[in-house]
Amino acid sequence: MHDKDFEIELRLLIDAVYLKYHYDFRAYAGASLKRRMSAAMIRFGCRTLSQLQDKVLHEPDTFPALLDFLTVQVSDMFRDPAYFRSLREHVVPLLRTYPSLKVWVAGCSTGEEVYSLAILLREENLLPRTLIYATDINGHALLKAEAGVYELERIAGFTDNHRRSGARSSLSDYYTAKYGRAVFDKSLRKHIVFSDHSLATDSVFAEVQLVSCRNVLIYFNRELQDRAFGLFRETLCHKGFLGIGAKESLRFSAHADAFDELVREDRIYQKRAPR
Amino acid sequence: MIDTTTLRERIDAIVIGASAGGVEALSIVLPALPARLRAAVFVVLHLPRERPSLLVDIFAAKCRVPVAEAGDKEPVVPGTVTFAPPDYHLLVDGPLLSLSADELVNFSRPSIDVLFESAVDVYAARLMGIILTGGNDDGAAGLDAIRRAGGITVVQQPETAQTSLMPESALQRGAADFVLTIDGIAALLRGLDGEGPT
Repeated sequence: MHDKDFEIELRLLIDAVYLKYHYDFRAYAGASLKRRMSAAMIRFGCRTLSQLQDKVLHEPDTFPALLDFLTVQVSDMFRDPAYFRSLREHVVPLLRTYPSLKVWVAGCSTGEEVYSLAILLREENLLPRTLIYATDINGHALLKAEAGVYELERIAGFTDNHRRSGARSSLSDYYTAKYGRAVFDKSLRKHIVFSDHSLATDSVFAEVQLVSCRNVLIYFNRELQDRAFGLFRETLCHKGFLGIGAKESLRFSAHADAFDELVREDRIYQKRAPR
Repeated sequence: MIDTTTLRERIDAIVIGASAGGVEALSIVLPALPARLRAAVFVVLHLPRERPSLLVDIFAAKCRVPVAEAGDKEPVVPGTVTFAPPDYHLLVDGPLLSLSADELVNFSRPSIDVLFESAVDVYAARLMGIILTGGNDDGAAGLDAIRRAGGITVVQQPETAQTSLMPESALQRGAADFVLTIDGIAALLRGLDGEGPT
């Protein structure tokens, strides 16, 4: 069990990180953050979070490593195939009506979701007119995402997911196997802009037709979730689409009324016309 | 020995972990929960990660208390049973439930340890942890955390479990307050009949 001192030290460390590095974890969900910080404490050989704070403030290599600990989220390509199948069936037909498309993958981490969407859009012949913004707060993760290189042993799972997403092609059309790794096609990347962006502190930067932000909001408390939903509402065009994680919900948000449920079971929403 | 009147007043939450053989074990344990249960109950059962869970359908008809699958940031509801969804860790976060897609713990997501350890932070000595049948050692560390916080620990008698490794591992980490057959655990929970949620 975490004692009172741990709770105090956690708040101090989060404040120190914010003051020194301007990364804002103050509104992250407590239970997950505590779990990750406990793991980080052990990983960095610290007995207390105060010791970790000392390292974070005074040893330049510590913070980037801690940031990986706190933010890197390993996902799978086409995770929850039903979500992608629903996008194909219910969202793609409407996306076709736009002459050019912008898509925002918020909290893209190491890029699995971004490439999944790029492949789906290429299969639907929409990629040539699409620009995908892939954003994350972790620069390390963004570099990995941009490289688009994944361990070959993960590809069997990705391929199975892809097939179950209603694939119109084979996943192997999009990567080359090299030295135990799958290197994804550079032509996909031409349509993706990778950029640093924080849902906690930054504002919107474009008008987009689709936002996909899955299993990112679960790490936020309700207030920060609300901020993120507000950004999505603002960035989406009239009748634009929002996809969130299978167990996430707009229900408790102040922005719930701004969206209609398009596909309830796959958490796909459509922005309502203003009243 | 702790009597059930004391337990009923003391326990605000019950966490239950099970793996192989868990559906059968839970089919005896969960229907024993009384309709006027005061505690909130959280359950992690290891399941295939890629399929939706049928647990709510299976147990809603059998139980006298409401049964649901956890959604992120939903409030904890006393007197009900909440299952961890497949492929997410379930954590208790103050008055709310929280989910995480963090890496597997003990080869599992949801992991019993993740649930138990988060629940200890919230409920401390007012928590009861129950380890049932299973084929790995997930839950042993979590139950140990409950014990150290002064909560009540319950382990299914390994020789009566369909798969004994999980209860054995839990007992190896330390003694439990109750080591019971599945019917014994059901009887213990039946004794929590009280005034309902407060």
